[in-house]
Amino acid sequence: MTATAAIGSRAAEAWRGFAGGRWREHVDVRDFIQANYIPYTGDAAFLTGPTDRTRTVWEKVRALFPEERRRGVLDVDTATPSTITSHAPGYIDRERELIVGLQTDAPLKRAIMPNGGLRMVENSLRAYGYEADPFVTKVFGTYRKTHNDGVFDAYTPAMRAARRVGIITGLPDAYGRGRIIGDYRRVALYGTDRLIDAKRAERALLDAEPSTEHVIRDREELAEQIRALGELTRMAAAYGCDVSRPAATAHEAVQWLYLGYLAAVKEQNGAAMSLGRTSTFLDVYLRRDLDDGVIDESRAQELVDDFVIKLRIVRFLRTPEYDALFSGDPTWVTESIGGIGEDGRPLVTRTSFRFLQTLYNLGPAPEPNLTVLWSPRLPAAFKEFCARVSIDTSAVQYESDELTRPYTGDDTAIACCVSAMAVGRQMQFFGARVNLAKALLYAVNGGRDEMTGEQITPAMPALTGEYLDYEELAAAYDQVLEWLAATYVNALDVIHYMHDKYAYERIEMALHDHPVHRFMACGIAGLSVAADSLSAVKHARVKVIRDTTGLAVDYRTEGDYPAYGNNDDRADALAAGLVESFMAKVRKHPTYRDAEHTQSVLTITSNVVYGRHTGNTPDGRRSGQPFAPGANPMNGRDRHGVAASALSVAKLPYEQARDGISLTTTITPEGLGHVPGERPANLVGILDAYMASGGFHMNVNVLDRATLEDAMENPERYPELTIRVSGYAVNFVRLTREQQLDVISRTFHGSL
Amino acid sequence: MKETRAAQAAAHETAARPAAVGRIHSWDLSTGVDGPGTRFVLFVSGCPLRCLYCANPDTWHMRDGRPATVDEVMARIDKYRNFLSTAGGGVTVTGGEPLLQPAFTAAVLRRCKEAGLHTALDTSGFLGARATDSLLADTDLVLLDVKSFDLATYRRLTGGELAPTLNFATRLNRLGVRTWIRYVLVPGWTDDLRAIDGLARFLSGLGAVDRVDVLPFHKLGAAKYEALGLPFPLRDTPAPAPELVQQVREQFLARGLSAY
Repeated sequence: MTATAAIGSRAAEAWRGFAGGRWREHVDVRDFIQANYIPYTGDAAFLTGPTDRTRTVWEKVRALFPEERRRGVLDVDTATPSTITSHAPGYIDRERELIVGLQTDAPLKRAIMPNGGLRMVENSLRAYGYEADPFVTKVFGTYRKTHNDGVFDAYTPAMRAARRVGIITGLPDAYGRGRIIGDYRRVALYGTDRLIDAKRAERALLDAEPSTEHVIRDREELAEQIRALGELTRMAAAYGCDVSRPAATAHEAVQWLYLGYLAAVKEQNGAAMSLGRTSTFLDVYLRRDLDDGVIDESRAQELVDDFVIKLRIVRFLRTPEYDALFSGDPTWVTESIGGIGEDGRPLVTRTSFRFLQTLYNLGPAPEPNLTVLWSPRLPAAFKEFCARVSIDTSAVQYESDELTRPYTGDDTAIACCVSAMAVGRQMQFFGARVNLAKALLYAVNGGRDEMTGEQITPAMPALTGEYLDYEELAAAYDQVLEWLAATYVNALDVIHYMHDKYAYERIEMALHDHPVHRFMACGIAGLSVAADSLSAVKHARVKVIRDTTGLAVDYRTEGDYPAYGNNDDRADALAAGLVESFMAKVRKHPTYRDAEHTQSVLTITSNVVYGRHTGNTPDGRRSGQPFAPGANPMNGRDRHGVAASALSVAKLPYEQARDGISLTTTITPEGLGHVPGERPANLVGILDAYMASGGFHMNVNVLDRATLEDAMENPERYPELTIRVSGYAVNFVRLTREQQLDVISRTFHGSL
Repeated sequence: MKETRAAQAAAHETAARPAAVGRIHSWDLSTGVDGPGTRFVLFVSGCPLRCLYCANPDTWHMRDGRPATVDEVMARIDKYRNFLSTAGGGVTVTGGEPLLQPAFTAAVLRRCKEAGLHTALDTSGFLGARATDSLLADTDLVLLDVKSFDLATYRRLTGGELAPTLNFATRLNRLGVRTWIRYVLVPGWTDDLRAIDGLARFLSGLGAVDRVDVLPFHKLGAAKYEALGLPFPLRDTPAPAPELVQQVREQFLARGLSAY
């Protein structure tokens, strides 16, 4: 009662001048944004450069990077399993920092998070020359079971086999699943007291329900959420911030929001720890303070710059194998910018520009993963600015706002690379991906692995003809994919049951509505290899070469075949058909917590590792050779330029791949136009046309091969060279040599 | 003599060929290099000139091209119509020399115009006389490659004469057809500053010339010569230094032209 009254008066002060009603009564950030934001349709001329303060703080962090790069990790606290409140406050430069808060007590010092799996922690420590703390080992080895232990207790032999041979890989069974976006804006808008009240109300609704297993789990989870909000409040207090009340200024709004995010990355080593859609929300606060004369533009930019510095130094302790799989040390702090509201107004504000401006003020960097929700209807000046930033930094990706909005609304954010969800209302169970190319080889070999000869699927007849027959192959492939979908979805159910049980994302879920809508995010890799292989069998002649045990180990293609990536329906329809057919098979299997089935066509950068584990394929690809990333046409087979390549990808049906379809494009500067001044407009034209044609995602790199080759030879000259690989960006010089060569071998759309 | 030979060969190659069928080499999509925006670029086969720096020796002979009907070409282009319109681009017919197949080229340009697409014709102008007024009426933009402004150099560089190109430029100007000039800068061949200034002066008198693109010579076509078993005459010629490219641009700018 008094608490509520106190919340009321503090809110009145914090919310002065804000419009709208519903969001005051209910936790509804979207409603707040819609009632208060003002679209900005002007150009980038108002932006300011970095202040001396920003430069000084950023230089202090940057000075740590070479040592971190050299050693792999700068420092680790091996003894303290990380929680929201486990570490004392840490600073980069206490006097100068505007936005405070670090994951541990020092910048770039990593924490251990053994709830996901003790072995992962031990292996990571060992890899970087650290000893696991005996107490931690004892607690998590003896008294406290981990997610990883739970999963392997419930895996079946078939799941283990599929995982071992790499027909299903990247499963989040030994590490945090990630891809859950807390609505961190709620901390700023409401303060934690109000959020705790709302969670209590949600829980009270369950009191009258019979105590079924589901209801018990929900009650326990809500109790954990409430506890986590309390811990967030205490952690913030240690930094001198009272987040129990709503933020009253722009500075506080950025700070509160960041502390909410920080609580999440202190407790969860999720594969992708995405931020959400914060820039236009923050713009409401920045504009109010600008209008009141409390801050000027330079200060507004400083707040954003300082926030982004923090996002750039989020770190997790991971194994070198994990880093090799994902190219460097990505955290997928994805921030979604722009888009169009359901009322037709663009959700572009000056703060949308300010976020992109950080790539100039602080230099290019892979994180945060700046993602523009693109629509041809975005303001022209904003589109031009985005294109200019892409050309200058290769650090921006684009996703179709026109495709996501009808499904997930105008408060959608991207998790990880291409996974669209309504912020605070939807979450997903991340499911990595299956290898469609390997599955095709299994169809030829009756379910035996082409590299080991081992029988992986239940026995099915192998194809025996000298040449592959399309109808026969398609039928066998269909059978293998049925088996694969069943094994896969059932494995994911195990994983997410155990993750909820042993490594529940308390603070992230505290920043969601209850009940939440869940997706089961499946995925496919090797699409272009599989489609081209089918095309080769259908349109050319493919002779099978078998070893002495009858195992098909190689193929000779006689004649030409149309390849996916040239806007040729004969091949593109095969790719689209695979997407549709696998989605239909996935949907046949029940999911944990009745999650809605989706799938992505995304490889992260595991296209290299998948390729390494897949034998010769009928499209002519050699054993071990990397796949193309995501939904990309196979490297070098898209021969008619970026538009033809993109239009092939645009034919993949988004409604059958709602977790996203990833296209990574590399265009040489000259490939965007002879005249540099015309290149931004030309890139805008390509993005407009691609999205208008139904394309979902485009990673845009503007680079030439010579630059990358030079960076391989002289990495010290390119510490900031950022390239987009597959739904996110990396420092090129931090890739393994194999990955660097893969990137260089991709198609560069240029001009002769 | 050379002109006659080139012209005779041209006449021979085009004789008795119906308009609805052309000989094409390939197609591609490019951005900002073959006219404005993203464009469908149709490479037709056959060229009467033999420019020493030619990057596409595989388009020299019409007989090497693939026969294609206008309908077939248009069906291909139609798959890109929305993309090209949205991207602010269009269709560019290049080659080879499109005016070696004037009826086919005219038919493609006409059909593109009817489809609402922006059209560009990339030509040396050597066969400009074969472009009918009606073909030019269907052409939104001519990309006119002027190989050199020095008569002797032009002859040595291309095997043809300069005069037809200049006549064509004058005609385009009279008809008000928007024109972009392409000038390939080849060290030792087309870097004579006096000749360049002569060209700049000539062009500055043509109101229909919207801009001049100075294109640095490159050797990306060398592999094609190798594949065809032909010597690449400019194998040892270097690409021009960026300073020289800038200097040449400024010469055009000094005559009041837009140059890039």
